[in-house]
Amino acid sequence: MSEYPPLRLHVPEPTGRPGQATDFGYLRLSPAGAVRRPAVDTSHFDTQDLSYALVRVLDDEGQAVGPWAPQLDAATLERGLRAMMKTRIFDARMLIAQRQKKLSFYMQCLGEEAIAVAHSFALENGDMCFPTYRQQGLLLARDDVSMVEMMCQLMSNVRDPLKGRQLPVMYSMKRAGFFSVSGNLATQFTQAVGWGMASAIAGDTRIASGWIGDGSTAESDFHTALTFAHVYRAPVILNVVNNQWAISTFQAIAGGETTTFAARGVGCGIASLRVDGNDFLAVHAASAWAAERARRNFGPTLIEWVTYRAGPHSTSDDPSKYRPADDWQRFPLGDPIARLKAHLIGIGHWSEAQHEQTKRELEAEVAAAQKEAERHGTLLDGQIPSAATMFEGVYEDMPAHLRRQRQQLGV
Amino acid sequence: MTMIQALRSALDVTMARDAKVVVFGEDVGYFGGVFRVTEGLQAKYGKSRCFDAPISEGGLVGVAIGMAGYGLRPVVEIQFADYVYPATDQIVSEAARMRYRSAGDFTAPVTIRMPCGGGIYGGQTHSQSPEAFFTHVCGLRTVMPSNPYDAKGLLIAAIECNDPVIFLEPKRLYNGPFDGHHERPVVPWSRHPLGMVPEGWYKLPIDAASIFRPGKELTVLAYGTMVWVAACAAEETGIDAEVIDLRALWPMDLETVLASVRKTGRCVVVHEATRTSGFGAELAALVQEHCFHHLEAPIERVTGWDTPYPHAQEWDYFPGPGRVGEAFKRAMEA
Repeated sequence: MSEYPPLRLHVPEPTGRPGQATDFGYLRLSPAGAVRRPAVDTSHFDTQDLSYALVRVLDDEGQAVGPWAPQLDAATLERGLRAMMKTRIFDARMLIAQRQKKLSFYMQCLGEEAIAVAHSFALENGDMCFPTYRQQGLLLARDDVSMVEMMCQLMSNVRDPLKGRQLPVMYSMKRAGFFSVSGNLATQFTQAVGWGMASAIAGDTRIASGWIGDGSTAESDFHTALTFAHVYRAPVILNVVNNQWAISTFQAIAGGETTTFAARGVGCGIASLRVDGNDFLAVHAASAWAAERARRNFGPTLIEWVTYRAGPHSTSDDPSKYRPADDWQRFPLGDPIARLKAHLIGIGHWSEAQHEQTKRELEAEVAAAQKEAERHGTLLDGQIPSAATMFEGVYEDMPAHLRRQRQQLGV
Repeated sequence: MTMIQALRSALDVTMARDAKVVVFGEDVGYFGGVFRVTEGLQAKYGKSRCFDAPISEGGLVGVAIGMAGYGLRPVVEIQFADYVYPATDQIVSEAARMRYRSAGDFTAPVTIRMPCGGGIYGGQTHSQSPEAFFTHVCGLRTVMPSNPYDAKGLLIAAIECNDPVIFLEPKRLYNGPFDGHHERPVVPWSRHPLGMVPEGWYKLPIDAASIFRPGKELTVLAYGTMVWVAACAAEETGIDAEVIDLRALWPMDLETVLASVRKTGRCVVVHEATRTSGFGAELAALVQEHCFHHLEAPIERVTGWDTPYPHAQEWDYFPGPGRVGEAFKRAMEA
């Protein structure tokens, strides 16, 4: 008889399944304003406490409090609110378009709008983001990116800048600092580090911003990226968007149980923050802090953005099969749009009437863009890029075997 | 020059000509590489142009793709081709498809060098020939030189090419040609005309085969070490084989191959890699498809066996001149 009891495999479970209520006590929350703001040249070691706390600026009354409260003018905040609203309206409209079969597939970022939008406000033109498929806010926050162009990609129509080669939402827009999105998870996290290394090799002042979700941190490229970023002190911001879910898998199965994703950064020698991802002001402040660090050659920063994936994973997903239907309503960090709206109203720079008016304007703007995009075709009507273009761009010049194959297709 | 010196010269020449060329990998910087290919480059160009990297093949290729996205021309070394597999996702899913998926918005002009091939008692993980993994991937170029002159010209072409290139270096040929007669002493490159390598810049087309040994009776399709083995088998059997050194595996120079087979009517494909679904299968299929009416005999394949690369049984595994010569005879007798 062994003196030891039989070993048992531990398989983490979320507290809330359909018909139950999630116990969000597992989130390590800090009160707004409670977390200190170190100097940008801080050591990774000195961010250990921050990696287990939560940087927050907006309190429950919508007031900006504490050392992270950024000095943003009301016009910038209004622009941020508008960009978040635009992102949400864009998503809602494209979801309907997918249901109408005008596009084959779509992924919303409902509830995560603040992260991409506020982060993009803290970057400069020329910086390069390496996004996942859920950072459309990086594009929609920019005035120089046309929604029509994005929709043409979604519809794979004759004006699709990616010539119908890519699944919807896998945008690429170099001019907007938006790297080509790949279906293979986490690969871009390492590439972001390489881009930052290249900027350092070239003696440039531009920085890179890499993106990954909580689930994908389990991919090897996550660890690779942290190692290379640390070793070469790469000017890169490593963003982990912890929305609690990887399709049906709760973040505990990705390795989040009893720890944080920010803590991984500290373990690899990278200054790390854990930030309220639904707090526009906190996202902006932390992003600006990390960008300043990178630009001043103090090295990489890892930021875990704590948020909640409010919508389905994609148009192919039904979350009611694995989590409570009212989960988002119960998520303690709320809705990023509602929170910034309350703040702006509180400081006297916004009103319910303005909000409604803006919403109507944006809805009209998005609808007009969709109408314009549909003029160039949708998946439904077959106005797609020619089959001949399918053989182009595999190589810089088309090799003989591809010319033969194109001829075989008769195009 | 040896092949090592020729490869080093290629890196030196391109680094001097183009500040965008950066070289990195495991032990590549200060130490100059476990095979000495990058010796002296860090001292000459500085640590930001030639540097050591963590032991992470996926990381090497991943950061190289990011660097290429910025506008550099990274040359990455994978210490042995046997260790490229952790980088497979970055190579197959990212580098190979970057131009296509972004419609040219981003490209990946990355050169991935890796010593390959057996015949050195390297056992299972220092002997593999993984070229078929890469020839199968659309968007990649796969190249393998067989001598110092080609090695330099092809490596310069690979680095200057705007497509990602898998650059396989047969380490058995690093110091001298090798015809499979392991019982004989190695002849250094200094005693061979193909070891005569110009100092400065030159490049070879990245998709052109060369006729290594002209012949009339049968066509041999080979690359890397097997070019030398095939030429040896021709001398030993007295069969006037035309040995084609493919140099570019894919995309390849099909015209040179087809012209030769149409002339000889017989074809033997030779590679060190394992047989099933190896690159030889593609070669045989192409020849069959394009030269069916010219063929006088079934296409023969002489390859490594479908086993992991063994240690003690090196010379029973390696397709030496004896086995290749037997295939020549079968092709002639059919």
